[in-house]
This record gives sequence, C-alpha cells and structure tokens, in this order.
Amino acid sequence: MSSEQGSQNGEAANQDAQGRWSRWWLLLLLLPYIGLLYPPLYSRLEPELWGIPFFIWYQFLWVIITVVITFLVYRVRS
Amino acid sequence: MVLWWALIVFIALFAVVGVIGVLSYRFRAGGEESAEDEMSEWGLGGRRFGTVITWFLVGGDLYTAYTLIAVPGLVFGMGAIGMFALPYTIIMYPLVLLVMPKLWQIAHNRGHVTPSDYVKERFDSRFLALLIAITGFIATMPYIALQMYGIEIVVAFMGVPATPALIVAFAIVAVFTFVSGLRAPALIAFVKDVLIYVVVLVAVIYIPITLGGFDDIFAQVPTAKQTLAPPQYVGFATLALGSALALFLYPHAITAIFGSSSQRVIRRNASLLPAYTFLLGLVALLGYMAIAAGSQPTAYGPDGVVPQLFVDMFANPLVGVAFAAIAIGAVVPASVMAIAASNLFTRNFYQQFIRQDISSTEEATVSRIGSTIVLVGALIFVLSAPSYAITLQLMGGVWILQTLPAVWLGLYVRWLDRWAIMVGWLVGMVWGTYGMAVEGYAQGGLDNVQLFGSPTTIYVGFYSLAANLLIVFIGSALARLFTSQEQTSYGMLTEEEYKEPEHA
Repeated sequence: MSSEQGSQNGEAANQDAQGRWSRWWLLLLLLPYIGLLYPPLYSRLEPELWGIPFFIWYQFLWVIITVVITFLVYRVRS
Repeated sequence: MVLWWALIVFIALFAVVGVIGVLSYRFRAGGEESAEDEMSEWGLGGRRFGTVITWFLVGGDLYTAYTLIAVPGLVFGMGAIGMFALPYTIIMYPLVLLVMPKLWQIAHNRGHVTPSDYVKERFDSRFLALLIAITGFIATMPYIALQMYGIEIVVAFMGVPATPALIVAFAIVAVFTFVSGLRAPALIAFVKDVLIYVVVLVAVIYIPITLGGFDDIFAQVPTAKQTLAPPQYVGFATLALGSALALFLYPHAITAIFGSSSQRVIRRNASLLPAYTFLLGLVALLGYMAIAAGSQPTAYGPDGVVPQLFVDMFANPLVGVAFAAIAIGAVVPASVMAIAASNLFTRNFYQQFIRQDISSTEEATVSRIGSTIVLVGALIFVLSAPSYAITLQLMGGVWILQTLPAVWLGLYVRWLDRWAIMVGWLVGMVWGTYGMAVEGYAQGGLDNVQLFGSPTTIYVGFYSLAANLLIVFIGSALARLFTSQEQTSYGMLTEEEYKEPEHA
C-alpha cells in the first residue's frame, strides 16, 4: 500500500519535472522572431546561393528551421 | 484576343469544382445526433476535419488567390519589401501552435461557432462580442471582394468580358456554399492546392531555365530591389509582425481552425502549413522573374504581373490550368469568408439581439441565406469600386488587429476588464483608421515617421495595436484596484473549460 503510494508520488513528481522541463522548450519558439524581425541581420546580397541573394534564401531557410522547431515542441510537449 | 485553349481548360476545371462543391455536403456527414446541431454541421463541417483536410482547408483559406497575385506584384514594383510575406507567414506558426489549440478546446467544449461566441462568454458581455463581430465582419467584406477581383484579373487576361464571367463564378460559389457549408471549400481546396502546387513548381523550374538560371535573373534585377534599405527595416519588421498577428484573428481563419477535430490536428498543422509559406516564397520570386523576363502587364498594374508572365511564358492550355488554379484559389477563401461573416451575423447579432429562442436548424438557415447576401454584397462591391476593395482590405488588417486583446489575451490573462478592452478597441480603431486614411493606404499600410531622428516607415496596425494594448492593461489594472474583487474565473468560463476532457 505504502510502496504503491510512494511510486504514485514519484510519478507525479516525475511528470511535474517533465512539465517544467518541457516549458523550457517553448523558448525555442522565440527563435524565428529573433531571426526574422531584425532585418539588418540579413538584408544583404552575399553570400549568394545558386545565384539567389542572401536576403532571400535566408528567409527560405527559416521556413525549414521553423518547421523543425514547431515539430520538436509539439513532440516534446505531447 | 481570346485565349480559347486556356479558356476551355479553365471552364472545365471550374465546372469540376462546382460539382465537387455541391456534392460535398455528404462528406463525413453526421448521423442522427448531429442533425440537432445543424449550425455546427453547416458552419464548421461538423467539427470533424482531420489533419489532412484541415491542412488543405486552412492552406487554401489563408494563402488566397489575391495573395498569390499581389505579393509578386509588390516584389515586381517595390522590390525586397514585398518579401515581408515570408517572415509574416513564418512567424505566425509558433503562435498558431500555442494559441489556437487552446481557443479550439474552449470552442469545442462550449459549442462556440465564432470567435465572438467565445468573447461573449469570456467577458460576459454580448455587447463586446458584438463589437468584435462587427470588426470581423467589416474586415472580411473587402477581403471577399478582393478574391472576386483576383478572378476578374485572370478572366480579363484570357480576353473574356469580366462582368458576366464574375457573375457566373459568384453564382457557383454562392450555390455550393449555401448547400454544403464549410465542407465545400474543404474539398475544393484539395483540387485547388494540387493545381497550385503543380503550376508553381512548373513555373519556378521552367521559367528560370528559360531565362538562364537564377544568376541571370538576379543579374537583371536592380540590386536596390534585392535587399532592404535601412529606412525600410522598421516597416518591413512591423508589417511582418502585425500581419502575422492579424491573420489568425480573422473570422475565416478561426472558422477553419474550429472545423478541425482535435487539438492535435491543429498542433500538427503548425508544422505542416509552412509548406504553403515555402510555396508563397517561390511565388514571390515570380516578381523578380517578371523583371528579368521584361514582362509589362497590359492591365491591372502590378496585380497583372503574374498573369502577364504566365501568358508570356506558357503554352495556352497551361495558362488555362494556371488561371484556373488562381480562380479556384479565390473560390475557397471567398466561400469560407462568406460562411464566417454570416455566422457572425447569425450568432452574435440575430441570435443575441433579435431572436434568442432560435433553434440550431433555424440558425443554419439564417446563416445560409446570410452567406448568399454577403457574396452578393462583395460582388457589387468589386464591380463598382475595386480600388476601394484594396484600400479597405488593408484597413481591415489594421481593424482586425484591434480584436487581439479580446480574442487572444483573454485566454491567458485573467484580470482583463471588459470596459478597458472596449476603450482600447475604440482607440485602436480610430487611430488605425486615421493613420491608414492619411498616409498608410497609399503604401501598403506603412506610415512615414521620424524615429530617433531618422526618417523611417512603420506599420499603422503596429502602433495602433500598441496603443490599444497599453490602454487595456492600464485600464484593467485600475479596474482591479477599485473593484478589489479576486478574479477566480474567466468571465462565464471556468478553469475546466480550458482543459481537454478526461476521456480525450
């Protein structure tokens, strides 16, 4: 009886810790805002990729990064 | 000159879409029990759309035909600032992942059909709900008109008189919307998106090959159009952020989200929908390709760039497929917007202020008729004053932003005061409209200002929302001081309403 209770408490604590841990993952969601809302960071021509200016392919790159981030956060928190 | 082959393909594809739309009322139709909730059946497709259908529906609903025409047009005319469409449609997805599942869950638990239904219960105020509904309605109307305008442009480029063609296209949309509700655009989006993806992929592979690769394309684009100038930085960033915040406040976006079957469907789509963003980015590049190809639109100014490029570069039948993709791409959002707008009228005005004892079946009837009236209104609008449609749609973005405190903040902040929200809304609406009317409308919503002593531009929606939020927080804090009541619930909603039911 008491051991069962103990394991339940342990589980609850474990879940709690997991919940707190998974909250930190939410910070990842801020990255696209930092990467994209400060244009001086990427408003330039070089380096080009397949003839496409940096300003443009950098933005395409963030589409992919954001997909990875939202997917990671979804997996970790569900 | 009429492009006959293009026209034949166009009409054939449009006819297929009309048939799918009308027959789609059977798609995953509910049984006996759902007959009681005809409003959710018609207005939200019975809340039964899974991950794939939701992906098509929301994608078709948000990345509208007009977007696909206007963004490359902007890049063609104004250069790099037009690329704001990419950051805009990237940074909205972290928000979708966090906010929309929560809103969906409450709507699901409480049977909400519109965002204003939620606002009414959250703040225990049908008047605030009405304000939010009116805002949504007036922001949506010009948006529908713009979809019609998108159809008009491609029809005109095929050499067909626009007015009769528009009336036919509108009649098809009105009929299948009336019959099938949200199921129609959901299934049509399937056809539309397949067409759009094919056309865009062909375009971004075939056109660069013809023009000698991206090296040669960008060699012919003035470098000033390839990056932002420092005075454009603030405008670019605030436009992207403001637009991202606005999009999922629009009633048609929330309607499509409410149609999904679970929180998980929405969370998955936060990672799947950016595929459309990638597509939109490729479409934006068409603006640069048009510069390199030396395309000069014969009509409709920058909005004619993409159709002109297709006519210049593609064989006739492929032009028909491309134009059909654009026109069908206008049909999906036009239908969802008409449903969303008439749901607002039915739920938050008619049912609240005219007839409170209305049954769900009667509600659905009112909404059906409403959707037709909304579409007729949009048609008249676009036939009489298309340029106003563009201006008013830009203003609509600023207006819908002012609903952010009521619709989103209320999900997270318990101590918000409804009066503070109303005052904030009023200030945001007035200042935003003024900013747009004076200067913003002429440059895509950007206002010229002096920031730290240097001239720059800033999105009108951004500063009007900032003022709105400031008032909401200060006002709510003051109200809290004076009432000294402990807020233990979210208006009429309890803590439980925010959670997934146990069995789920």
